[in-house]
Amino acid sequence: MDTLPVASGDAADPLTPAQLRELYSLMVAVRHLDTSAIAWQRQGIIPGYAPELGQEAAQVGSGYAVDTTRDFVFPTYREMGVARTMGVDMVAYMSTHKATWHGGLYDPLESRLAPIQAVVAGSVLHAVGWAHGQTLDRKDGVAMTYFGDGASSQGDVHEALNFAAVMKTPVVFFVQNNGWAISVPTERQVAGGSVAARAAGYGMPALQIDGDDVVAVVEATRRAFAHARAGNGPVLIEAMTYRRGPHSTSDDPGRYRSLDEERDGAGQDPLQRFRQQLLADGIADEAFFAGALAAAKAEEEQIRTGIQALDSRPGTEMFDLVFQETTPALQAQAANWREESEHV
Amino acid sequence: MSNSILEGVPAAGDNTADNTASSAVSPAAATVMSMQQALNRALDEVLAENPKTLIFGEDCGRLGGVFRITDGLQAKHGEQRVFDTPLAESGILGMSVGLAMAGFHPIPEVQFDGFAYPAINQIVCQIARMNYRSRGTMPMPITLRVPSFGGIRAPEHHGESLEALFAHVPGLKVVSPSNPHEAYHLLKYAATRPDPVIFMEPKSRYWQKGEVDTASHDAAGGSPTGAKVMREGRHLTLVAWGAMVARCLQVAELAAEDGIDIEVLDLRWLKPIDAGALAASVRKTRRAVVVHEAPLTSGLGAEVAQLITQGCFDTLRAPVERVTGFDVPYPSGDLEDEYIPNIDRILFGIQRVLEYKRG
Repeated sequence: MDTLPVASGDAADPLTPAQLRELYSLMVAVRHLDTSAIAWQRQGIIPGYAPELGQEAAQVGSGYAVDTTRDFVFPTYREMGVARTMGVDMVAYMSTHKATWHGGLYDPLESRLAPIQAVVAGSVLHAVGWAHGQTLDRKDGVAMTYFGDGASSQGDVHEALNFAAVMKTPVVFFVQNNGWAISVPTERQVAGGSVAARAAGYGMPALQIDGDDVVAVVEATRRAFAHARAGNGPVLIEAMTYRRGPHSTSDDPGRYRSLDEERDGAGQDPLQRFRQQLLADGIADEAFFAGALAAAKAEEEQIRTGIQALDSRPGTEMFDLVFQETTPALQAQAANWREESEHV
Repeated sequence: MSNSILEGVPAAGDNTADNTASSAVSPAAATVMSMQQALNRALDEVLAENPKTLIFGEDCGRLGGVFRITDGLQAKHGEQRVFDTPLAESGILGMSVGLAMAGFHPIPEVQFDGFAYPAINQIVCQIARMNYRSRGTMPMPITLRVPSFGGIRAPEHHGESLEALFAHVPGLKVVSPSNPHEAYHLLKYAATRPDPVIFMEPKSRYWQKGEVDTASHDAAGGSPTGAKVMREGRHLTLVAWGAMVARCLQVAELAAEDGIDIEVLDLRWLKPIDAGALAASVRKTRRAVVVHEAPLTSGLGAEVAQLITQGCFDTLRAPVERVTGFDVPYPSGDLEDEYIPNIDRILFGIQRVLEYKRG
């Protein structure tokens, strides 16, 4: 499905070989960090993680279209690939999975990435508000918000789509339809079978794309950004992909899907697919792939070292970061905690 | 009530405080206006003073709000500053979060108290936590106006008292004005804070007039974040907020006819509560009754009673009484006068405290 008018200008420029290789390197880095994070959890380095195995093309491709000098991104808890692509400090990002601080330790304003948050569909409306602020300030930034097929059942998604369309705010709604909301498959989640199809009801253009084709994702997202940036209002992209791993490190997919079903549903691995394409097109060779993997491994090691070295935040932050202007009750509780705590 | 119940109260004349100083408004600078006019004026000035403030909600723009609190503001400040949203409270509050992240100071309106329920997820899980989650980098300067409490014979969900619910949520502040003067100043104060404030307007008092001194909030120099003594007294402290303050002042006048000298403390801030002012008042009067419209169980009266007990257990002559709504869904208009604490019920509460004998 493609109801987005054909864009003009740089949004339509084809990706250069260097950009294609960069996309591959990003996907390898994300794949390696993602699978490593599962290992970290098993090794006791972090208490939990929500993997995005199989969604690398959707996340890297969409994140690649973001202009971090003016745009802003609103993630869920499963957008590690987007964060990495946007250049967020990954130790600070992964700290949320180490249970250091909800939301992560990265600076959201500097990173242009809102704090990680765990309410399904919680940040979709925030993107609409931020984007409306761009209109009011006469700026040309675009907000991109991520959510999944499960979140599409939430009322806030309807409110956000309707508000954005009524107010013509520059928002890209990026849906990763990964087939599963923990144990519930899309067919028991999304009536009508497509989130993108719903956009028509809001008078909003939409694209349903192969979310495992990184080039298609970059191109679709760039077109959507160009449309929104030009003042034409919001766009919805539904990237069809597959959650190849568990919902989280606490999940056991064997209870709700067989390995055969998983194989059939997942289709070809997006990373392998892109690698074959780059080889066939003569854009990259085995030496490049080996280099990319080595770089990914070095990067993961650096991030793991950083995560392992990360100390707990001082308990005073529990009290100090609630308000900008604290209250006497909080001060009293903090003083009491200090007095009765061993962590003075 | 007979004077016998005054046994044990301080003798007349041992009160050195000036009975008129604290709540007096200088007539020279004062204008008489309704609370609706006072709120409207405060919003008008806030819009003029801070270009990042925005007012929006259901019917806030062209109509000026169903209570006309935003009347004329869109015409004066433009459709970008004051605008109507689709009819969806979660959308209004969720959008406020994004606008605050972008550097604005949203002043959204939820049309009636009960309409805050559909927005609770955004209020509790997002607005209240974003400063914390973002480690102080994304403050939420959001002033949420909520026409609140009962007393206007409105349909269901139009007479709720949500202060305990909001006050229980870490990251929110809650305030309620009791008269036009307080409405003007507390709204102007709340709308300049860097933290989220739930501003609970007593809708039954919108059309009551009073003197507003726009030049000075408190001639006595009291803090805008504290409670305020609205009437000084020696025998018992009535603690109230919102519409119940005016009722308690009426009760105090009636009790005075029986020789009972009642202090009325307008709590104003329901979070944070001014524990110091509660203790100071009750240390003097040694008796307290807290009055609120919300249901009894786990209502804010329980918190007030505990703070008083903590602050002046040794001087208390009786347990703190609560005169409140009942643990029932807010009733239809025909029964709301039975539900909201009335003068008789407050007087009975006072009597119970004054007649209390230590076992």
